Amino acid sequence: MAIAILDYGSGNLRSALRAFERAGREVVLTSDYSTALEAEGLVVPGVGAFGACMAGLKSVRGDELVRERISLARPTIGICVGMQILFAHGVEHGAHEGVAIWPPTVEKLEAKVLPHMGWNTVNAAEGSQLFKGVEGESFYFVHSYGVTERIESAALQSWTDYDSRFLAAIEDGVMSATQFHPEKSGDAGLHLIKNWVSTL
Amino acid sequence: MSLSVRIIPCLDVTDGRVVKGVNFTNLVDAGDPVEMASLYNAEGADELTFLDISASVAGRETTLDVVRKTAEQVFIPLTVGGGIRAVEDVDRLLRAGADKVSINTAAIARPELIAEIADRFGSQVLVLSVDARRANTDSGFEVTTHGGRQSASLDALAWVEKACALGVGEILLNSMDADGTRAGYDLGMIKAVRAVSQVPLIASGGAGTQDDFAAALDAGADALLAASIFHFGVHRIGDIKKYLDRSGYPVRKAPRL
Repeated sequence: MAIAILDYGSGNLRSALRAFERAGREVVLTSDYSTALEAEGLVVPGVGAFGACMAGLKSVRGDELVRERISLARPTIGICVGMQILFAHGVEHGAHEGVAIWPPTVEKLEAKVLPHMGWNTVNAAEGSQLFKGVEGESFYFVHSYGVTERIESAALQSWTDYDSRFLAAIEDGVMSATQFHPEKSGDAGLHLIKNWVSTL
Repeated sequence: MSLSVRIIPCLDVTDGRVVKGVNFTNLVDAGDPVEMASLYNAEGADELTFLDISASVAGRETTLDVVRKTAEQVFIPLTVGGGIRAVEDVDRLLRAGADKVSINTAAIARPELIAEIADRFGSQVLVLSVDARRANTDSGFEVTTHGGRQSASLDALAWVEKACALGVGEILLNSMDADGTRAGYDLGMIKAVRAVSQVPLIASGGAGTQDDFAAALDAGADALLAASIFHFGVHRIGDIKKYLDRSGYPVRKAPRL
């Protein structure tokens, strides 16, 4: 299987499925561990709040899955809350542990109006593969929490401003993540998805 | 750059067809919601809203199919409103491909529905649609039902505050006084609602000139929803965006501007 989208709760996964199919590869929605492990690329979408999302992820052993894929050097991308749960901690509706691929805590954004909802630009990291060709484009965000702290590693980090600055995307070896929804970001989002698929 | 203002066309759908005044010349079938959604996407719509006005269960089932087909072809956020009474209705719409749902009458009848939906799917999926008009209430604005024909006996600002506390993620504010007049948005109402809410605010009702859009943003709106002026080609989405861009408001470029 080329690409697997991890299905671990309700929500809109149809758009993600179709958007990744547009990149010209076979895509399957699955909650099966071995299917998700064997896929060339794994997409971890985000469903609901941090705690609920993490609970859903654990119910399909998604945390182990992501770590095992890293050890096998197989690419994975987290989207929205699917990015957030890859950090060590989240504070949405109480303190929660994440998968802890990266150490920062996901905190409530400091902004006058939340959620941060709509199209915003991203200051793409130099050398970014994800944003190649769509550096100046806008992407669709819907979230109230995010990471404002820089990750102390070689990971490529792209940022967005909304009253204050937060991490919009990470590219760290086989792990990628976007706080925005590429599958809802029109042509720019489809382009970014193709960029990721081309690395598989 | 900063967060762009959003321009949102609204399509009334019943039994799988777009109704209420559609006057496009460059469509094969002006009543096909999927085709219209694609066209608005190409013109630079930042989101799409379907309002399901079907009166029958069969009509609502057909809307699910419309949502499915749209979500397969148009990769921008899709909000669906109309007839949502329970958490299960939301689940069906999200699974069909909707990103957000808007609720109105059912939330007035049973406000706990707001918390039930927000707890299950998150606040970000839930838009509170408020049909309000000027009236002799504490704030000077009241909530109406039945398209503005009946008073809900609710102060509009008190209702917005309560709904925000219960967990709505966004407010769609429809002025029943301004609706259909093309005489401008009710700026006083937008300011009043902005002052008591910290979630994104979509203004609706009264847009006539390009200046009206800018004035609503100045009054505190984050997004602008309109129906007939887009359907009848009074304004093209791309033209409004160009105007707002020249006037200094952040907009997302239309894919084919």
